Amino acid sequence: MAAAAAAPGPGSGPGDSPEGPEAEAPERRRKAHGMLKLYYGLSEGEAAGRPSGPDPLDPTDLNGAHFDPEVYLDKLRRECPLAQLMDSETDMVRQIRALDSDMQTLVYENYNKFISATDTIRKMKNDFRKMEDEMDRLATNMAVITDFSARISATLQDRHERITKLAGVHALLRKLQFLFELPSRLTKCVELGAYGQAVRYQGRARAVLQQYQHLPSFRAIQDDCQVITARLAQQLRQRFREGGSGAPEQAECVELLLALGEPAEELCEEFLAHARGRLEEELRSLEAELGPSPPAPDVLEFTDHGGSGFVGGLCQVAAAYQELFAAQGPAGAEKLAAFARELGSRYFALVERRLAQEQGGGDNSLLVRALDRFHRRLRAPGALLAAAGLAEAATEIVERVARERLGHHLQGLQAAFLGSLTDVRQALAAPRIAGKEGPGLAELLANVASSILSHIKASLASVHLFTAKEVSFSNKPYFRGEFCSQGVRESLIVGFIRSMCQTAQSFCDSPGEKGGATPPALLLLLSRLCLDYETATISYILTLTDEQFLVQDQSPVTPVSTLCAEARETARRLLTHYVKVQGLVISQMLRKSVETRDWLSTLEPRNVRAVMKRVVEDTTAIDVQVGLLYEEGVRKAQSSDSSKRTFSVYSSSRQQGRYAPSYTPSAPMDTNLLSNIQKLFSERIDVFSPVEFNKVSVLTGIIKISLKTLLECVRLRTFGRFGLQQVQVDCHFLQLYLWRFVADEELVHLLLDEVVASAALRCPDPVPMEPSVVEVICERG
Amino acid sequence: MVLPYSFRSPVFLELVFGSVGSVTCPTLEQDTRRELAAGLSAGHPSRTSSPHTCSSAPEPGALTGLPRKMPADSRVVTCAAVWRMPAELEPGGQESPEDATSPAHALELLCHLEPAARGSTACVAWEPAGDGKRVISLADNHVLLWDLQESSSQATLASSASLEGKGQLKFTTGRWSPHHNCSQVATANDTAIRGWDTRTMSQIYCIESAHGQLVRDLDFNPNKQYYLASCGDDCKVRFWDTRNVAEPVKTLEEHSHWVWNVRYNHSHDQLVLTGSSDSRVILSNMVSISSEPFGHLVDDDDLSDQEERRPEEKSQEPPQDSVIATYEEHEDSVYAVDWSSADPWLFASLSYDGRLVINRVPRALKYHILL
Repeated sequence: MAAAAAAPGPGSGPGDSPEGPEAEAPERRRKAHGMLKLYYGLSEGEAAGRPSGPDPLDPTDLNGAHFDPEVYLDKLRRECPLAQLMDSETDMVRQIRALDSDMQTLVYENYNKFISATDTIRKMKNDFRKMEDEMDRLATNMAVITDFSARISATLQDRHERITKLAGVHALLRKLQFLFELPSRLTKCVELGAYGQAVRYQGRARAVLQQYQHLPSFRAIQDDCQVITARLAQQLRQRFREGGSGAPEQAECVELLLALGEPAEELCEEFLAHARGRLEEELRSLEAELGPSPPAPDVLEFTDHGGSGFVGGLCQVAAAYQELFAAQGPAGAEKLAAFARELGSRYFALVERRLAQEQGGGDNSLLVRALDRFHRRLRAPGALLAAAGLAEAATEIVERVARERLGHHLQGLQAAFLGSLTDVRQALAAPRIAGKEGPGLAELLANVASSILSHIKASLASVHLFTAKEVSFSNKPYFRGEFCSQGVRESLIVGFIRSMCQTAQSFCDSPGEKGGATPPALLLLLSRLCLDYETATISYILTLTDEQFLVQDQSPVTPVSTLCAEARETARRLLTHYVKVQGLVISQMLRKSVETRDWLSTLEPRNVRAVMKRVVEDTTAIDVQVGLLYEEGVRKAQSSDSSKRTFSVYSSSRQQGRYAPSYTPSAPMDTNLLSNIQKLFSERIDVFSPVEFNKVSVLTGIIKISLKTLLECVRLRTFGRFGLQQVQVDCHFLQLYLWRFVADEELVHLLLDEVVASAALRCPDPVPMEPSVVEVICERG
Repeated sequence: MVLPYSFRSPVFLELVFGSVGSVTCPTLEQDTRRELAAGLSAGHPSRTSSPHTCSSAPEPGALTGLPRKMPADSRVVTCAAVWRMPAELEPGGQESPEDATSPAHALELLCHLEPAARGSTACVAWEPAGDGKRVISLADNHVLLWDLQESSSQATLASSASLEGKGQLKFTTGRWSPHHNCSQVATANDTAIRGWDTRTMSQIYCIESAHGQLVRDLDFNPNKQYYLASCGDDCKVRFWDTRNVAEPVKTLEEHSHWVWNVRYNHSHDQLVLTGSSDSRVILSNMVSISSEPFGHLVDDDDLSDQEERRPEEKSQEPPQDSVIATYEEHEDSVYAVDWSSADPWLFASLSYDGRLVINRVPRALKYHILL
């Protein structure tokens, strides 16, 4: 075979004439061939088997399926030189010979096989002949058997009919017997309590009895049966009403009663009434758990109990009802739904009461687990009783609880904030009592900030439980959208930051302005806290929130910038208030010192008054305090005046030049002119101006307020000569020590100059002290 | 205009500003060996300045003043006295421009309100109506009611009351209410405002901590009998209803330093003037608590002829309380402001440096109020 396939190749070799008109034919054959190959999946096999070298469609491939001798010859002739042509010819001839001999060997081998096959066929022929004979014999035997069989059945025909009739009579008799025995059987069944059996019997007999009731004997039976059935029904009802048995048994009773043809409507009512009794029992036990006694079980246990007891019971009832009263149609379903709704609402009320007790508690995970169970449990009856809307109600409850929980957390955060403020107050008050160094303001600030942050994080984590994947209600739209954005982000976090700002601001508005109930250090600390919130913390917290609760809701949320602005405003107000409070403290000191002293009869000044030293001390203390929390800030650049020495020289020479002439009583106009001209060139001093967030600005504010008070107080008094000189000394002293705290020392000059000038105006005998003496006194004191 | 005094104190800077022409008050600094020449305001007939605390009586021509005495033990004591203004300065009196430029007219001293060792007098106030025979003076912690007899040449103490309490209580200022038949006086001490009934000399109300700090001035609303304005060192101006003193009706926080003076306009009580030691004078429009209708109130019987006007008036915004203007002409603390008693649209303010500034209510506002 292989030789035959290979043969045409070399056979149509060089000597073959070209097939002019049939040039298209091989193409077509090849195509058909290809399709066959395709069918047998050969081409793929070939393609896979062969290396990618020769193209299977190459017509010059000797061993290829698409070999075309003409093309091959052409190619050889065109490409090869003579020698190579000769070589290929001899090679070809050799190959042809080899193929010929191969073919001969194959023919010989196959010939032997053919001969043996012929022998086998001959032997088979003989065997078949024998078999044919036996088959003929079998056919005749079968005919005889058929004949016999027909004869036998003909003889038995008559008997067979009789037997059939007898069997029919027997069956009828048995039925009759059953009927006659029915009353006793039923009685027995009823006595034994096999109600199911009895009902089945009754059901079987009922139709027959109905049909033959005109016959007196049957009628008697029927009457008996009816009596018994009535008793049976009564017993069943009795059992049903006792209600001691479980729900499945009751369902069985109802089923039997239905089979006895009792009115379904009434049964339905009764069934529900019984179910109600049982479920109410459950509710009562739940209520007892709730009860006034404090050691209530934890909420998880409670919802478990409620879930298995009440919801499970409700499920059973609903399932049994639907099975039993399916025939009732929509009216029945409506009745069940109403039933479920009513009991469900009572159950929900109980659950809500229990959950309300839980609101105060701190453990969110327990609550979430309890809610999860509660919700999960109610989804089963929800599917069963879609009309009752229990699942929706349950979801609502869960949502409500979640909202309340958020509110609770907000309160918790606020309480924590207030608590940390109380701690700060105590810490601020403590060191003075203990007499030792307490924690610094910066440390307190860090404590407050970190404790608030940790509280916020804890609240977020605990609220996050509501949206955990494994919780059954987390995929409700409320929890995916509104809860995250409006609930957590807006009402919890934003709400807290706002309330924090408000709490802080309320310290500014406190009515007790006399010293104030709020320690100034707390104001300072809060202001710094708010400022920190503005710069970093708010955006951090909100980013944290947004990350934890991927907000899918599109509802608008408060942007970070608004909150930051609020925080900044709060910080600014607090700091301004701080300045006012501290300024007021120093003002009061100065004012008392001016108002209580008798300036007319004072002695020649020898010292700086103690109150001025106190003012400087307090200012230094405030400077230190503010320095703990706020940066230095920018000072107005001053030339060499800033050095203390030159400053004092400068100022005293200035003072001299300024009001020395005015003390000659002859020239009051000059003074006024001078001071007015002076004022024309100085800027107006805004005393209670807003402050910036740095130390210098704060101190400048405080000093401005204090000095302005001093000025106003001095104007209200009358001074003797020494009184004036004392003021001079005091002012110089203040000038020496206060300039370094303020942004623009020119301001201190101006105000103090004004103080001295005002005192001079209020003096009937204005004789100023020698500047050098003033300096000596100040340096000594 | 600059008052050429070198001896200035806020206590002495008070304005008597009225229909009276130019008034010159000699400064009476007794025992101080100091004669202070009195300045003279020239030009406008309604300009008046007085270097001393004065209050003009409803009876024309009488003044009370607070001269200071420096007794032998060199304590400064402030006293009160009643003076008569020169007759030619009275309205109706013949006044020629030359008079205004002429040197000081002398006041005629009528009598002293001797406090009888009751300390310094902080304030005197005439009875706002009536025959001008009664004066209240506040000395330390006493309220003294004086009766002037025999053409004011003699003052007798009619009744008095005193304030008892912890510490040294001192009245700072007081005001006689023009309402209730002139039977009420309001006083201020420290942060509290107290009301007194002059018939029984008993306290009728008390606003404890009316201001965070010292109360500097009071004024009664001339048209609403229970309304009282106060100002103080906490930079605030507060409006009170004396029937309910738990909360201020309104608080203004426009000034940046102590507010020394608050004055209601005599006829249009929504205009409130305040002067402060931040050297500003602020004119506020307190429409919401004024006696003039707030927003739009139409009497029922007017309805018919108002009907066509109504829509346009409704479209108007109800006027808001607002600051009308802030006057910054002063270079130093402003210690006194007052309205002219002749022209309701004119007011003056006086500052420490002796500058007297006279301003008018902005024309637009004036027409808004009038029309």
